[in-house]
Amino acid sequence: MVMKRALAILTLLIIGYWMASALANVPFGADKMLVAQYYLNHVKAQTGAVNAVTAVVVNYRGFDTLGEVTVLFIASTGVAALLWRKKRERTAETEGSIVLTTGARLLFAFIVLFGAYIFIHGHLTPGGGFPGGATIATAFLMLYLAFSAYEIPHRSFEVTEGLAGMGYVAVGLIGLAIGSYFLFDWIWQTWGWGHSNIGRLFSAGFIPVIYTIIGIKVGTELSGIVDSMVKEGGE
Amino acid sequence: MINCIQCIEYVMVLVMILAAIFAVEWKDLLAAVVGMAAVSLVASILFFFLQAPDVAMTEATIGAAMSAAVFIFAIKRTQRYETEEEEKLGWWIRW
Repeated sequence: MVMKRALAILTLLIIGYWMASALANVPFGADKMLVAQYYLNHVKAQTGAVNAVTAVVVNYRGFDTLGEVTVLFIASTGVAALLWRKKRERTAETEGSIVLTTGARLLFAFIVLFGAYIFIHGHLTPGGGFPGGATIATAFLMLYLAFSAYEIPHRSFEVTEGLAGMGYVAVGLIGLAIGSYFLFDWIWQTWGWGHSNIGRLFSAGFIPVIYTIIGIKVGTELSGIVDSMVKEGGE
Repeated sequence: MINCIQCIEYVMVLVMILAAIFAVEWKDLLAAVVGMAAVSLVASILFFFLQAPDVAMTEATIGAAMSAAVFIFAIKRTQRYETEEEEKLGWWIRW
């Protein structure tokens, strides 16, 4: 026991010394990255987005984001598969208090609206598809907590999630057909839409389109995860 | 003159560390989840002060709301209190 811990401390010290000596030559706070400055200089001309973070996430690194969406899809599939039972239903005994139910009824639409705002305006203001979708999912979580018999409409949520995932790939494939590579920004670079109103809603090529798709997908997926965790199944 | 925003930041970091220690030490797991959610909430406010509002939004929704809910559902299916057998060693050696 003690031996094991001493060994663990020794290993940690060696790894720590190794990493510290590797990072010692990197000056703290100095800008050594050339690619970041490149993005900041060219982001408006190349993507039309005012928010450079969104441009990097959706446009320059769009394929990576497709991978992230896939990871989330696999996670929600895994949760649903692990918790799967033949007959599953909600087992909450008590309804939420009147404050909770009234507040949930009142706030639900506003929370969904705020989430939609976050992902629709992803190319203008901070935020994007992932925070927006998570915000929408918290609205459904609130409904689950407030009402003891509430369930999301499963059929339409699954269909929406699948269509959103296919829509992302379809946008990428249209880019492959029109331009030269997968997830080529055809709306901005080929059609040239929105070049005159950078900084307004209808600009930035396919970034709002893709972020809307991601927001819908993340929202429905996280709601599905919440649903499969809340419900308990009999054997 | 003392910069007041900085005072608030120090206080929030202190609250965060306290909540993290409580989240580890509390035997009542439901209270520990609340402590963990408090860490996430304060972290999201700190992210906002550090001019990263998008990270702050994600931290508030995922860290404070969704993961706390997931932990609470897990506690509902298992048990609420830590058992004594796991706690034989003192906190100073339990790393």
